[in-house]
Amino acid sequence: MCHTFPALTSDRSSRICSLLYKHGSSMASNSSGSDSSDRQRIAQQRLSVIAGHLQRPVEGNSGILAAECKAQGDKLDVSSERRTVPRRRQEIMKWNGWGYSDSKFLYNKKGQAEFTGKRYRLSGMIIPGLREWMESTFGANLQHKTPAAPILNSSAVQPPTLNEAFLKELKSTGIPFSHDAEDRVFRSHGHCLHEIFALREGKIGRVPDLVVWPNCHNDVVKIVELACKHNVCLMPYGGGTSVSSALECPPEETRSIVSLDTSQMNRILWIDEKNLTAHVEAGIVGQDLERLLNESGYCTGHEPDSMEFSSLGGWVATRASGMKKNIYGNIEDLVVHIKMVTPQGVIEKSCQGPRMSTGPDVHHFIMGSEGTLGVVTEVTMKIRPMPEYQKYGSVVFPNFEMGVACLREVARQRCAPASIRLMDNEQFKFGHALKPQVSSIFTSFLDGLKKFYITKFKGFDPNRLCVATLLFEGDREKVLQHEKQVYDIAAKFGGLAAGEDNGQRGYMLTFVIAYLRDLGMDYYVIGESFETSVPWDRVLDICRNVKARIVRECKDKGVQFPPLSTCRVTQTYDAGACVYFYFAFNYRGLSDPVHVYEQVEHAAREEILANGGSLSHHHGVGKLRKEWMRETISSVGMGMLRSVKDYVDPNNIFGNRNLL
Amino acid sequence: MASEAVYSHRDPMLKKRDDFEDILEERRNSSDLRYALKCYTPVLYKGLTPCKVSELKQMVLQSDQLGYVITQVSKEKGMTTDEVTGDAAAILEEMAQRLQLSTVRFFAFTLSKVFKTLFRSICVNEEGLQRLQQAIHNHPVVLLPSHRSYMDFLLMSYILYTYDLALPVIAAGMDFMGMKVVGEMLRMSGAFFIRRSFGGDKLYWAVFSEYVKIMLKNGYAPVEFFLEGTRSRTAKSLTPKLGLLNIVMDPFLKGEVFDISLVPVSISYERTLEEALYARELLGVPKPKESTSGLFKARKILSEDYGSIHVYFGQPVSVRSLAESRVNRSQFNLIPRHIPTRPSEEILSFVNDSAYRLVRAQEENMVLKPWVLLAFVLLQKQAAEDKQGTALDEFTEQAVWLRDLSRHYGAFLHWPDHIPPSEVVSSSLSLHRGLVRISEGRLLNQAVVILSCVSYRNQALNVFIRPALLASAIHTAASNRKQEIYNGFSFLRNMFSNEFILCPGATVQDFEEACYLLVKTGALQINQQEVLITERGHRTLAFLTSVLDPFLQGYQVVCRFLCEEDCLTEKQFIPAVRKFIIKHLLTGRLRYIEVLSSDLQKNALAALIRLGAVQKIKGYVGFTHLRVPLETTKLFSFTLFISSKNILPLLSVI
Repeated sequence: MCHTFPALTSDRSSRICSLLYKHGSSMASNSSGSDSSDRQRIAQQRLSVIAGHLQRPVEGNSGILAAECKAQGDKLDVSSERRTVPRRRQEIMKWNGWGYSDSKFLYNKKGQAEFTGKRYRLSGMIIPGLREWMESTFGANLQHKTPAAPILNSSAVQPPTLNEAFLKELKSTGIPFSHDAEDRVFRSHGHCLHEIFALREGKIGRVPDLVVWPNCHNDVVKIVELACKHNVCLMPYGGGTSVSSALECPPEETRSIVSLDTSQMNRILWIDEKNLTAHVEAGIVGQDLERLLNESGYCTGHEPDSMEFSSLGGWVATRASGMKKNIYGNIEDLVVHIKMVTPQGVIEKSCQGPRMSTGPDVHHFIMGSEGTLGVVTEVTMKIRPMPEYQKYGSVVFPNFEMGVACLREVARQRCAPASIRLMDNEQFKFGHALKPQVSSIFTSFLDGLKKFYITKFKGFDPNRLCVATLLFEGDREKVLQHEKQVYDIAAKFGGLAAGEDNGQRGYMLTFVIAYLRDLGMDYYVIGESFETSVPWDRVLDICRNVKARIVRECKDKGVQFPPLSTCRVTQTYDAGACVYFYFAFNYRGLSDPVHVYEQVEHAAREEILANGGSLSHHHGVGKLRKEWMRETISSVGMGMLRSVKDYVDPNNIFGNRNLL
Repeated sequence: MASEAVYSHRDPMLKKRDDFEDILEERRNSSDLRYALKCYTPVLYKGLTPCKVSELKQMVLQSDQLGYVITQVSKEKGMTTDEVTGDAAAILEEMAQRLQLSTVRFFAFTLSKVFKTLFRSICVNEEGLQRLQQAIHNHPVVLLPSHRSYMDFLLMSYILYTYDLALPVIAAGMDFMGMKVVGEMLRMSGAFFIRRSFGGDKLYWAVFSEYVKIMLKNGYAPVEFFLEGTRSRTAKSLTPKLGLLNIVMDPFLKGEVFDISLVPVSISYERTLEEALYARELLGVPKPKESTSGLFKARKILSEDYGSIHVYFGQPVSVRSLAESRVNRSQFNLIPRHIPTRPSEEILSFVNDSAYRLVRAQEENMVLKPWVLLAFVLLQKQAAEDKQGTALDEFTEQAVWLRDLSRHYGAFLHWPDHIPPSEVVSSSLSLHRGLVRISEGRLLNQAVVILSCVSYRNQALNVFIRPALLASAIHTAASNRKQEIYNGFSFLRNMFSNEFILCPGATVQDFEEACYLLVKTGALQINQQEVLITERGHRTLAFLTSVLDPFLQGYQVVCRFLCEEDCLTEKQFIPAVRKFIIKHLLTGRLRYIEVLSSDLQKNALAALIRLGAVQKIKGYVGFTHLRVPLETTKLFSFTLFISSKNILPLLSVI
């Protein structure tokens, strides 16, 4: 077992994999020396050049392209055995919960929490503090279980409404499809609480009638043409990690609904090292994109919390944001060129100039369109050489106010590290509860000493202090310099450096927290996170008011136990910050917990808007937040978007009814 | 119209109210000194960051809000920002409180002595104080006592000290500053002083509002002020002033605090200290300037019996729930919050409605003593020229009848039911023996007594006002059609909205409430189209009509006066109209001496101006002139010699 953290050594292996996964469990290249990775890079460069040659003459010729897709696939795509997302996703992923089937939290026979599987750093570990935290925070009890329906009952799934003419022509194209109940149910939802809750109870609503797996851009062109011809409703499906009800089938839709699963379009088509760009198919998921680029010594640096499963096309369609945006930028900063198939044809720009003054940027019609206008098929993205050095860090502040003041100062001086996040006190305690069992007495002794120093010697109130986690990236010398600058600022706000370990654990939590919700749901605890962006002068007010509103609404709605209502500041900008709220409660004694949950979330969003927060920073609008769009962008703004939709998709082929 | 409105009737008799506890009782049985030196550890706001008085001032001077205005003012006046900051500091120095526990203890000691000699008991609802303690812990709190006496804020602090609650900071008028020693003493017991008018002074406004907001937001102390702005000389609630309420609601509206609790407090005096003083003032004898020596002259009042005081701490009102689905708080999203902006129409009407609601809450929890009802009976007798006096039996019968009626209307009446009514009546009369031995004398002397009585009667006016408006409307209507009566009601209500607390825009609710009360007590029967008076309803309606009659006649007389005058300055108005009224009283054409009250005259004028019957114009000497426009003169000439029956349709044309 390797407990040391590779990113802290000089190992240049993939950071993301090391953060998420144990050594050797998923990557062959980890053990390879720099020689082999260089060779690999040169080889891939050559391949990408060849691929570029191959591509050009056949553009627009669908007959040859079908074959082309395959030929390319053999050479350049993620080789099939390493492909993360198979067509039958349910083979490796949960159908009614988050992530991989083999990874989950559970209470073992001794009543200790552990995380199963082999994929993550936390996998196979005992988490001694979790049980007590759950019991004391939520009033949860191991005796009171609410297990999920174990298998999907296919008979609960409505038989598909098939458009025979469409189906017949689709068959002739050779594009794979399925109307198997499991395939359809898997693509009928995102990860909103109400969606997962219903699945766990075995309740299944309207689901897509058919799933198709295009293999390349031209397959998509064909599918969209057929859909238009036969008036079929198309719903693009990428990673399925939506938390805005964007993937819910509109119940009023009477046409046949076809889920267009982009997961098989997952190749990097070329890498351009002169301009530092990569041309990638939009179905690729974050972890594959990063891993493949890393093999060539590059990265995009785009790391949304869902990056294990979310796809490039999904990022574009929802205006995603990554945790390291301070260095690499958000998706809108990273994208150079987009190709999208719409009912009116393909939209793309004619060149890859870094900036253009050619009227409103048409990319901004596409980014955030949430699958209402077409399918993003290929994207040219900026890439960067992999950072030479990475270092985690953390700072403890006496209270949240000081922490926010520090982040504001860091933003003012424009010296934010790759990532800087500030957790409030409740989240700090939560993070603490997720500490895995320590292996040596020495470590626990050290922990005790640290705690003593901070609370007793420095006089921090353990019920008020909060922690900022940091991630620095770049060349070694600059990182160390940068680190000092940030810690100096922190010191002015009463911040004490609290070690790399705390920081690292903070980021690790990002990836496992979604798994934790499933554990909560086994024991009457439901919850969710939601986000906003807000000007700096409002950050403290919005955090206080939204948290208080959640507590009050829970009480008013008859929730029997005090809820967990916590927040963190996850991104800093020149003019404001992104704030994340986590909210969960024990629903024992409530007859309709999901309804209560939705009412509270609704109230919390109203509170956010009343306090100057935005409708969404990066989750998007979907159907969940549609009702506030008009007040958010004004009636004229709605009209603008509406008229684009009306022109691009007059028959509402892309009928997921998101956004507008 | 009325039929569309949804008014949820709750039987006012079932209104749940807390019990009272006499706090003087303990004072009479244990040492005042020990009480003054007791351990005082109040519950504080949970989000409090403790700070000293001097730090508070620094926070104000360094705030973004004030900084912005300072820069603005320095540009406008061509001064350096340092100079303007100096001015701001001076304003703050003049304004700021210096709350000190030692002074509070001094007051606790002396007030114990004073209260024990003046009053029989000081009764407070302990449950209300418990609610207040909870409110103080959870959110910043604003205390809103009714204002009938100088005593009010001393009394408030005294009670809070007694119950170990956080002592408030109190907005007080600058006139107290005239009393050197006392002014400073008050300052040290938590009062901060504001100028009565500072209309255009941006800097003053900024310092003042920031000072209040910072104390409130930080939970430094509950902020106390009087919604009515000044002591009500008539014991009727005054139209609320919105300035300070606007300021204290602002931190919530702008998201700076999660919520703010507004706590209406109703203080009722069985006998007001300023009783005769007020009456004189209303009759035009100028009020003595507050001075320390004047206060000592008031010593002689110490020898008198002022009965008991009832203080009711109402249910805390959450600003958040008031604003719920009324105010769109995102309107503040687009301008930095430290830049002062004129509140929008939406906000102004919200604050105004809230203010009315709070004043009504004060009114509802105001304890009424039997004497208040006796004043009704006495005054009606007096107006009926019943010079002989009344037999005690008959008097008691009428009082008991009124007691029952007022209870049905939800009055918070403290009538000791275990004592025979005749004893209740005679003990009330003996407490007010200065007023009831009406002697023949000069009109003005008599008027002082009458107006004192009026100020007691007025305490219960809010109980009867809506039914009384309805009764008058029925009385004057030509038919018993509901629509016509509603129109008359609406007109009267509009006419008298300067006189009584009638929430703007709530005509339909008020009408329904009045109908409900009269139907419930069996005085009326109402169907879809018609309103019918029942057999036993006549007495009630006659009483209710007579409640409003002095006001109707008063307004008429003011109308008549204005029609006869051509043009006069605002300053001339009161003396001239007073002369005019005296003339009419002496000739016997006017029955109600209380019409001499300058309060009524001012309200009538304000109403006529509001309704457009009288115009204010700026004259060449800089005075504001009052002018009755020609076309309305005609209207008035009609109204002159006719009874209230006809004034309605005519005036409603305006």
